[in-house]
Amino acid sequence: MADLLIELFSEEIPARMQPRARDDLRRLITDGLVEAGLTYESAGAFSTPRRLALAVEGLSGASRPVREERKGPRTDAPDKAIEGFLRSTGLTRDQLERRTEKKGEVVFAVIERPGRPAAEIVAEVLDAVIRDFPWPKSMRWGAGNLRWVRPLHSILCILTDESGAQVVPLTIDGISAGDTTRGHRFMAPDAVAVTGFDDYDARLRRAKVMLDPAEREQAIRQEAGNLAFARGWEIVADEALMAELAGLVEWPVPLMGVIEDRFLDLPPEVLQTSMKAHQKFLSARNPATGRIEGFVTVANVETPDHGATILAGNQRVLAARLSDAVFFFESDMREVLADVEVWKSALKKMTFHQDVGSQWERVQRMMVLSIELAARLGLDQKSAQTAAGFSKFDLVSRMVREFPELQGIMGSYYFGSLGLSADITSAIRDHYLPHGADDALPEQSISQVVALADRFDLIAALWATGERPSGSKDPFGMRRAALGAIRIILAKSLRFELRVALGLAQRRAWASMLRETAERSEEKLQVRLLRAMGLTVSGEKADLLDVLREAADTMSRGLKDAPFQDWEIAGIEDLLGFIHDRLKVHLRDQGVRHDVIDAVLAMPGNDDLVLLVARATALNETLGTDDGTNLLQGLKRAANILSQAEEKDGVEYSFGADPKFADTDEERALFAALDAAEPRIRDAVAAQDFPAAMSAIAALRAPIDAFFEAVQVNSDNSVLRRNRLNLLNRIRETGRLIADFGRVEG
Amino acid sequence: MTSPPSPPAAAPAADRPRCFQDVILRLQAHWAATGCAILQPYDMEVGAGTFHPATTLRSLGTRPWAAAYVQPSRRPTDGRYGENPNRLQHYYQYQVIIKPSPPDLQELYLGSLRAIGLDPLVHDVRFVEDDWESPTLGAWGLGWEVWCDGMEVSQFTYFQQVGGHDCRPVSGELTYGLERLAMYVLGVEHVMDMPFNDPDAPIPLTYGDVFRQTEREYSRWNFEVADTDMLFQHFRDAEAECDRILSAAETDSAGRAIPMPHPAYDQAIKASHMFNLLDARGVISVTERQAYIGRVRALAKRCADLFVTTEAATGPQGVAA
Repeated sequence: MADLLIELFSEEIPARMQPRARDDLRRLITDGLVEAGLTYESAGAFSTPRRLALAVEGLSGASRPVREERKGPRTDAPDKAIEGFLRSTGLTRDQLERRTEKKGEVVFAVIERPGRPAAEIVAEVLDAVIRDFPWPKSMRWGAGNLRWVRPLHSILCILTDESGAQVVPLTIDGISAGDTTRGHRFMAPDAVAVTGFDDYDARLRRAKVMLDPAEREQAIRQEAGNLAFARGWEIVADEALMAELAGLVEWPVPLMGVIEDRFLDLPPEVLQTSMKAHQKFLSARNPATGRIEGFVTVANVETPDHGATILAGNQRVLAARLSDAVFFFESDMREVLADVEVWKSALKKMTFHQDVGSQWERVQRMMVLSIELAARLGLDQKSAQTAAGFSKFDLVSRMVREFPELQGIMGSYYFGSLGLSADITSAIRDHYLPHGADDALPEQSISQVVALADRFDLIAALWATGERPSGSKDPFGMRRAALGAIRIILAKSLRFELRVALGLAQRRAWASMLRETAERSEEKLQVRLLRAMGLTVSGEKADLLDVLREAADTMSRGLKDAPFQDWEIAGIEDLLGFIHDRLKVHLRDQGVRHDVIDAVLAMPGNDDLVLLVARATALNETLGTDDGTNLLQGLKRAANILSQAEEKDGVEYSFGADPKFADTDEERALFAALDAAEPRIRDAVAAQDFPAAMSAIAALRAPIDAFFEAVQVNSDNSVLRRNRLNLLNRIRETGRLIADFGRVEG
Repeated sequence: MTSPPSPPAAAPAADRPRCFQDVILRLQAHWAATGCAILQPYDMEVGAGTFHPATTLRSLGTRPWAAAYVQPSRRPTDGRYGENPNRLQHYYQYQVIIKPSPPDLQELYLGSLRAIGLDPLVHDVRFVEDDWESPTLGAWGLGWEVWCDGMEVSQFTYFQQVGGHDCRPVSGELTYGLERLAMYVLGVEHVMDMPFNDPDAPIPLTYGDVFRQTEREYSRWNFEVADTDMLFQHFRDAEAECDRILSAAETDSAGRAIPMPHPAYDQAIKASHMFNLLDARGVISVTERQAYIGRVRALAKRCADLFVTTEAATGPQGVAA
């Protein structure tokens, strides 16, 4: 048994790449060792900005010898066959064994591979791992050929057992493995020889390097917390930043600074974003005032002046940054209060997508959608319209141009100053939620409406221009938008027909597109659009533009004035299909079977996502029980027999089955059960109480089973047969009240 | 070649730079001592020191190279009429380019910081990921921005590709933003207040004494006056001339083989600057932007294609046959 220590010492590794690099190093090396026949007890990977390290404990000293027997052709087989066998085994003819088996004498190859010492295997595996390391981006340097994330300077690779430490001989592109490392770049730059992991860890610590990123993170958290506590403040939690900071230093030295008074009136989000984006500072909040009043910067060095010079420098840089932020904030606010129309004109010049026009055009579409959604959800239409109208204005502000992540937040400050009500400013702020899959949702109703309008418009407008996400490419975030809308609808139980919302979004998008196209001299595109709408045009250019503009006007009309045309309905189904695809992914993540989703998607009302999911969930749960599985068998059996008979006879058995032709007790019982279940299912479905509907249909399991047990459907008596087939049809129809069971597997 | 570690305290006052030119002179002395050829600025308008052919073209090919120089750089859109404490439409970069990149390039660089009074045992010097890309030059590399006490003081890049060519060997490139760096070293808040020469000189001059008026004049010209039709024409002319030079016959009238990547590259630089001026005038739309950048890149690439065939790229042995 031996312990293996590897350190790959390089120039500074980007912080964001370190976590995956640690995992990759551990996985690739240990996989390689195991594949080569070694065993180990445990392995741990570590990183600092300048090193990637792996400690493997309890590594076997050598791989076990392997004996492999392979059976070849018969001894009297043609020479070619024997030669082929020799080639594939790498043996010569006299090394083969002959054995007599039932079918005659056969050659056998016995290949024995002796065990190999661990050092040899480690050298081989490490060489391969270094040459093929999956860095997201790698580079060459100097005149060498090796690729690494940044120039690789040295390799430490030792095996340690009772007899001591041994360097694993290995040379890659001129770098020979050794047993030395280096400490902190400035505080302890000299080479240090080590004898094993514990020694390595301890010597690095003496050389001002904390090897374990988790420990560095903990040290930062603790010290930053202490510094804040001493002033009665608290650190604003930011896990991502904390992890990044740990990846930027080998010896964390948190230093606390105070934000100058002149900056304290900036919104806390601005302070936090500016400090984080440019300086990687943690923010410190004063709970007494609720404001962010301080910061923590994490230095990488202990200095004789206890960080005074470093802190002063950081403070200077911060002051310059925040002066910019104050300038942005004040001039934005001045412009808003002076004349917000100026921003509107700027929004008109800001392109959302060249085929569907500016951000202002988009805002107008969102307003129409917001009004419609508010009406359907019984909310105040005026508020929804106002919120949507202001939702994108802050995109032209200096602050958001500098910090795009403050979009919405700045709008809520700027337009709050115009006296807009809280539900509207919340909507301006929160309509971007959720950003990601696990992100918070907008809480207020108006925010939800604008958030949905935003996403429906994004999807429909880009869809109209022909944009489609494909594979890993989704540059406009269409999938994210669809998932965001789905999560809002489901979490907040928002009931409305998606087809209408998508149809309206699509119609408005086409209006924008027709108008934009009319402005440009791309005749081919113009004609293509009009054809897609089923309109014909003469060859005259003037006529073409007239038709385009008229079509744009038509498309701008309300829903009641112009019902959806065929080409629109086809487009709506495409859009709904796109949303349904995202819904499938979403539900699958929540454990709903894909075939269950298919079975409910085929049902009416599939554009009411709340209803759809209630149905799917109930069905999914039922199918998870014994009753459910057996019921499904029964339903399927009924459907199969029926469709075979229908195919054979060329008729549809959809006449009412008549209980007076029931010949057996089981038939009569089934009639009775159906009579009892049907109204219960109908009522439950009408009340959208799917669990109740499921339990009602589950009651059919026993009678259906008994029926198939006792009754021969294809009776010689044609009257009985027809009646039984019609009875099967009743079973099928009863199932269809709930879902398209034909699509459920199993 | 590296400087010995400084004592663990701020450099004594007498050893700290006192003015802008002192910072430059110390950098020059430091890089001269490491063996770099100290070149002079390129005599054309460029947006950054990288455009100097001593970097762009010399980073191509196999011939070893080591140079350092100050490069006046023009970024018309950054003009603020001399009023912004940190922004200028004309400023200086200090540029170092060494091919192949030496293994101790980071240490050499840290030595240069010590030379101007930034001791990494007193200051917090960090290498923070920042990959460099120049769409105009068809170039990219990996490296860092170097932070000193939270401020970016240099860009440090290992060139991987220039003009569409893989860099083999790889050059190490360092770029210092001289004004910002010097302001920090000298403790100055507004660039125009920075002493340019020794404050005790008989005629002490500040950066503002030298450049305030020109910043105002150029800001106005860049933003409001420059004749855009003429600039567009200059762009097209430079593009055409570049193409003509690159398409010229390999041999001159006397039958000598003299390819001309440098004169052609001058025209690419010119086109790039015209583009920057047009951009500052706000007459290039977002979609057109990419197209113009692509046109300059196409020129730069062809210049690179030609340069790599010359002796300056391959060394005398490379063209022996």
